[in-house]
Order: sequence, then structure tokens, then C-alpha cells
Amino acid sequence: MSIETPAPNAGPFAHERVSISRTMGLVMLALLPATVFSLWQFGWPAIYLFLVTLVTVLLAEAACLRIAGKPIRPFLLDGSAVLTGWLLAMTLPPWAPWWTGVVGGLIAIIVAKQVFGGIGQNLFNPAMVARVALLISFPLELTRFVNPAPLFAAGSPDWLQGLAITFGGQSTDAYSGATLLGHVRTELAQGHVLSEILPGLYTPLTDAVGTFSGSLGEGSALLILLGGLFLIAKRVITWHIPLAMLGTLALIATLMHVIDPEHYTGPLYHLVSGATLLGAFFIATDLVTSPVSLRGQILFGAGCGLLVYVIRTWTGYPEGVAFAVLLMNACTPLIDHYVRPRVYGRNRKGSPIEYADELEVSR
Amino acid sequence: MKLFKIRGGVHPDDRKQLAAGQAIETLPMPALLHIPLQQHIGAPASPAVRRGQRVAKGDLIAQGQGMISAPVHAPTSGRIVGVGSYPAHHASGLSVPTVTLQPDGEDRWSDQIKGVADPFALDSDDIAARVGAAGIVGLGGATFPAAVKLNLRKKYKLHTLVINGAECEPYLTCDDRLMREQTDAVIDGIRIMAHALGVARIVIGIENNKPEAQAAMASAASVHPNIQIARLPTRYPMGSEKHLVQTLTGRETPARGLTADIGVVVHNPATAFAVHEALRFGYPLVSRVVTVSGGAISRPRNLRVPLGTRVQDLLDYCGGFREEPARLLSGGPMMGQPLPSTRVPMVKGSNGVLALTAAETNLREPMPCIRCGSCVQACPCGLVPLDLAAHTRTGELEGAVSRGLMDCIGCGSCAYVCPAHIPLVQFFNYAKGEMAARGRAKQKQAETKRLIEQRTARIEAIQRAKREAMAARKREADAKKKAAAELSTDKPTPLPTPASAVEAEA
Ligand code: SF4
Ligand code: SF4
Repeated sequence: MSIETPAPNAGPFAHERVSISRTMGLVMLALLPATVFSLWQFGWPAIYLFLVTLVTVLLAEAACLRIAGKPIRPFLLDGSAVLTGWLLAMTLPPWAPWWTGVVGGLIAIIVAKQVFGGIGQNLFNPAMVARVALLISFPLELTRFVNPAPLFAAGSPDWLQGLAITFGGQSTDAYSGATLLGHVRTELAQGHVLSEILPGLYTPLTDAVGTFSGSLGEGSALLILLGGLFLIAKRVITWHIPLAMLGTLALIATLMHVIDPEHYTGPLYHLVSGATLLGAFFIATDLVTSPVSLRGQILFGAGCGLLVYVIRTWTGYPEGVAFAVLLMNACTPLIDHYVRPRVYGRNRKGSPIEYADELEVSR
Repeated sequence: MKLFKIRGGVHPDDRKQLAAGQAIETLPMPALLHIPLQQHIGAPASPAVRRGQRVAKGDLIAQGQGMISAPVHAPTSGRIVGVGSYPAHHASGLSVPTVTLQPDGEDRWSDQIKGVADPFALDSDDIAARVGAAGIVGLGGATFPAAVKLNLRKKYKLHTLVINGAECEPYLTCDDRLMREQTDAVIDGIRIMAHALGVARIVIGIENNKPEAQAAMASAASVHPNIQIARLPTRYPMGSEKHLVQTLTGRETPARGLTADIGVVVHNPATAFAVHEALRFGYPLVSRVVTVSGGAISRPRNLRVPLGTRVQDLLDYCGGFREEPARLLSGGPMMGQPLPSTRVPMVKGSNGVLALTAAETNLREPMPCIRCGSCVQACPCGLVPLDLAAHTRTGELEGAVSRGLMDCIGCGSCAYVCPAHIPLVQFFNYAKGEMAARGRAKQKQAETKRLIEQRTARIEAIQRAKREAMAARKREADAKKKAAAELSTDKPTPLPTPASAVEAEA
């Protein structure tokens, strides 16, 4: 018997057991504990919003692929659209009306991803583009947060009331509560100092287990951290972006706090509150929109950390992760152009290495 | 000994257990041998036998041609039944000049064959000449004529001979078995090569997934204080010459250079064994050890195979296929190449025949690049493979070259880890081939231009000469006329001579 081996004629003819869907699947797996916890914390309306967002991104992705004439199955199953929708839902107020999820999902998939050419082509993180667009267009809905009302707990909305909140536009004022970052900012703006504001309101512990109002992904810092470490262990992401981002943020926060403890909160506050950890491990590390070299990633992460602090502290927004990541996304092509590994056998300038003691060797 | 870190690299499943336990067996002599005349890098050898001629084992059947070439010898005794062409051991499957030999079953060595009692009494040139005459080439797969490499001492200041026993490609175990079974012969060959190179220091690098080979070589080398055994971490591509030397010396080979630039020559254990055989017994290179393995092979084996044996004969000896292979390869799965059919003959450079199942190759449809950076981290050469591929795809080959395309060693680490299953190496091979073609075209253009210029210059020179000759003749004629006129008027005038008139004009 003789067999004919068709092209391609270049190796390797073995491959690591990796694929895009596996990568995306691992990210979702890492998000799962924090998501389940937060969905439980915020009950039925949160679950509905989450599902609406996922269904929207899937439909939008399928429609775009069809229009673009690309095969639908492999691209839909690569998991990237679901992950985008998932991350978007994690950054919305859990009881926001259904259409925020729909509009956000459409923006993320159509405007931020498919218009650029689909998976791998987008310059900006789609979920963050959608979130920022929503925040600017619908500031009211996007900043109306509620206190946790765990599933099945007394006083929490049941599945029917949940439907009314998500789809019926029912008022949620009875449950409303400000996020920690928002609250502290408002108080500071009114001339209060931190030693008056923080006691009784915040301990790093409550934030770490996530029983404060906020978006889904701001819920449990601890579970998010665990998920992030899982991703590093699975080598889906490297430690460079998260560490650079968190390190820079903590460093600046510490500096400012030491200079003026009454007006600038400490590093731990910045690390565990808001979307810092979600941003550091799941959003800034988005493969497509972050630099490809390790040194580039450190630069990128540091930039994110710096911008998060600047936006939170000195601009009109209490939370800055989305803006920070988008701004750094814009820098990624530049970073990738200038920050490259040194080529083997060459110096940084690109000319062949010369060794002083070998110079007299005749050639 | 102290080892240095190299960047990048991957950890493929080495699958060596399939064949590592199998002692080397000698393949029974097949019915026909198809011996290609080019089994090395360089100029093909030219046939030295006629159809119908009887040859003994080890007789020269093709003579090396030019500086970089290698002769070919009869792998057994028998009759030459053809001097023609036959499909090559190459992915293209094109036919190449080949001598076909029908073994007579006696396997009788030529009586010309004689070894040297003490190779260490020979001088370097003599050893290199004998290695060259034995047709020995780099048996790790590079097939560069070994004698040429031994002669590097003439151009470079060398200090170390490194033996590349890394065998970092998955599946392959032929060097491992050779180092375990022929330890003393391999060490002897290594010492002869070091003697020929005039270097004092010898380092034998063996990956940690071959503890038996490490132990065997270490104990055989213990009586030679100038030989060190380096226990290498198991990481692909540790067997890349430049990366192995970096691991051992901490130095990178300058770009576009040779390891000899930093004083090191690298040879393979199988080459060392062949050198031992050639010097001690006078045997030319007529067989080699081959690993036949892969999930689709019924009984994986390490075989000593006469050169020119068809792949099919190896497969038959190993019980054929257990299941239909998805891939039939020559060499390892990382850098090997597909075989066009099982008819092709085994050559000096083929260290493995692998039949891989679909599960082993894990081939998938490529997806778009997700810029995950895995390839960047895997590249041992500090390149940004996704960037090179993107430039190649859009046809901007100069862009790819300026980003290091020519520094790519084609190891395939990048493609191995790519979650999008992009055939990166195929892009690079295409681009390199295209650049080489352009280079040749450019050279041809320059050559044509030079020829045209030469021709124009020649024509101009001829025309100038003609004009000058004509002018001279005219002046002569004028002068004659004048002289005649003067003669007739009989009035001598002090005129300048024609020659000085020309000078005055100029
Ligand atoms: S490994 Fe593949 S998908 Fe990832 S950056 Fe490289 S080429 Fe792109
Ligand atoms: S094949 Fe080339 S680009 Fe890819 S990892 Fe090897 S050296 Fe780097």
C-alpha cells in the first residue's frame, strides 16, 4: 500500500492541544464562580439581563457572519462573542433595563468587532466600547445601582417581579444604593474627609467577598482574583499585564495617600473596589487588544493602572477601568511597533552581535 | 556543568517511549536498492558505474563533485541494474539521478577496504580527507559534508567540539539507541573528530529525557578528562545548533554566522559513529540508524538500514500500519517533511520515518490570528511570528525581512502553540523561497546589465579605433597630397609633421 500525503509540506505536524475555543472556554470557566456569586447576590433581574445580553451578542454575531459571507459555525463556536457579551454584562448595573443589554451587545459585536473585520481585527476591546458608549448615551440607567438582594432572600424580587424590573421598567428605587467609589467621590466633593466617610462604610473585607452595590463584575474581588490566578496557571494570560496594572495603581495610590490621607484613599481601597480586578485579569488582558510582547504588556498594564487612578481621582467619573483600557488599546499598535524582543544573534539595533575577544579571529 | 538559559521553546509530548526501548535491529537486505546521487547539501555526485556492472559493498558508485559534495558507495554487493532517475526522498516527489542496485545476497565488502591502526597518528588533513572519501555527511538531518566542517579549523579559531545528542524532536530515538549501544565507538569517533579539529575541549549535550544515554556516555567518557557531559533540559528546539551552543557557552552565534564564529563546531553522535567506522575499519557510509515510529505503526523500531532501501520495506518490517496514518513523515514531527509515497528510498539524512494518526497531528482548520502572543513567547529567536506572517500574507516581503524573516530557523515552535492553528512556518518558507528567487533574479539582472555594458563598451572601443584609423588615414592622404603639391610647386615650407599637428589639435 502506498499513501499520498497532500500539501501542506511544512511542519510542524504535531500541535499543542490548544484552540481559540479552548482559550475562550477557559476564560469563561475562570469567570464562572464570580458570575454565579454575583447573579445570586442580585437575583432574578440580574439573571435576565445577563441572558438577554448573551442572546443578543450571539444573534448579532451570527447575522454579521452571514452578511460577511463567513462560515457561521466555526466562528460562532469559537466562543469570542459569548465572552464579549459575558464581560459586557459583568460591567452593567445588575438591574438595568433589558435594552441596555441589547444595545450594548449590538454595539460590541457590530460596531466594535465586526466592522473592524471580525475576530482578531478589532483595535478596541468590544465589551468596553459598548460599556463606554452606553455610559455616555444613557448615564442615568448606567449609574443606577442597587444594594444586593440575594436570590430567594426575604424582600428580594421573585422571578415575576424580576421580569417586571428588567423588562417592565418597574422602579428600583426601593433597593437603590450607590457604589462605593461613587459614594466616596460624592462625599469628598461635598467637602468631607476620608476619616469621616469611610468608617462603617467600607472595610476591605466586605469588598473582597462582594456584598456591596455595584455591577456584576465588581462583586466578589476574591473570586475574580481566583479566576485570574487560574488563567495565569493555565497560561491563557501571563502575569505581566495584571501585575503591572495593579502594581502601578497601588504605587500611585500609596504615594498620594501618604501625602494626603484625608483626600486620597489607600492602595487596598483601589485594588479591591470597583472593577479593578476584573479589569486587570479579564479586560486589560484581552488577547486581541493588548500588546504581544511581554515587555510591551508590562508597559500596557502600567499605563492602564496609571489611567485608572487618574480617571477615578481627577475626572468626572467615579470608575475609570473602561476608559483606561480603551485609551491603552489605542496605544497597542504603537507599543507593538516599538517594543519587540531582541532578535537572536543581533544586538538591539539589529546588527549582528560582535564579541570583543573574538574580533581578531580571521574570517 | 553550568548551563545557560535560552529564550522561548516549547514542550511537545516527546512520545519517545514508543521506540526508545527497542534495540537497534539490522533490516534484512531488500530485493532492490535505489541509491540517489545527491544525499547531501552541495553538488550532486556523478555516477562512477555502468549498468550491468558488479560491485562489492563499499565500492564507489558516484564521485563527489566540487568543493562541497560527497561521494556515494554501494550499500551491499550486487549488480547495478540501472543508472537513471527515481522519485526523491523529498516532499516534492520529483525524480532525481539514482543508481539502482540488485543485491546478490552475499553482502561482501570490497577488498580495497582498510582501516587505520592509529587515527590519532594522522594529521588533520588526512583525517578530513578520509572522512570526505567515506561520504560522511551530518547525520542529524542537515547532511552537510562532514569533511568540510572538519576543515573549518583553517578559517576559524576553534576551541570546542560540541556533540549534539539533544535529539529534541519527538518520537526519534535513533541517536539515543546509538549512544546506548555503541557508546565506545561513538566516543572514539568524537575523539577522532576533536583531534582532526585540533580542539582540546569536548562537550556532549544530551537531553534529560535520555537518562540511559547520559549514563552510558558519562561512564565511557570518564577516562577522558577533556570530555564533559551536559545534561540538557528537555525543551524543543534544544537541538538547534545555535541554541545548543548558547545553552552550553552562554553565547549567541552572531546573526548570519556560524557557530565557528564563536569557536565551536557541532557534530551529531551518528556522524561520530560513522567517522569511527571510516577511520578504524575503512567503511564508507552505507547504512544508518532510523527510527520507525508513530501511532499508526504496528511495531515501532530502531533499524539499521542500507541506504537506498524503500520506505515501504521499513514499514513492512515493522508490521505495516496499525491504522491509516494521517501523515507519513521523514524526520521528526516538528521539522520533518511529508513523504510523497512509500516508494521513495532512505537517504543519509533520514533519521526517522513516522506514520502519525490524526489524533497525533491534531490538525485543524486555521482561524484568524487572535494576537494572543503565544508565538512570540515560543520563538527561540526573538521574532514576532504573527507580524512576519501578516507581512507575508500581504506580499510585503521586504517588511518581513526587515523584521527578521531570515533569522527564523524554521523550528515550528510558533506554529506548534498557535491556538488559531495558523500554518506560520508555511508562510515563512514561502517568503524565504520567494526572497531567494528574487535574489537570484536580481543577480541575473545585474549580470545581464554588466554583460550589456561590457558589450557597449567593446563596440564603442571598436568604433573609436575605426574613427581614429580613418582620421589617421585621411591625414596621411592629406599630407601626401600636400607633399605632392609642394613637390610640384617646388616650394619647401616648414610645416609641422602630421604627428605633431595631431598633438597640437589635442
Ligand atoms: S500564536 Fe497564532 S493566534 Fe496567537 S498571536 Fe501568534 S499567530 Fe496569532
Ligand atoms: S519557526 Fe521561526 S518564527 Fe517560528 S518559532 Fe521557530 S524561529 Fe521563531
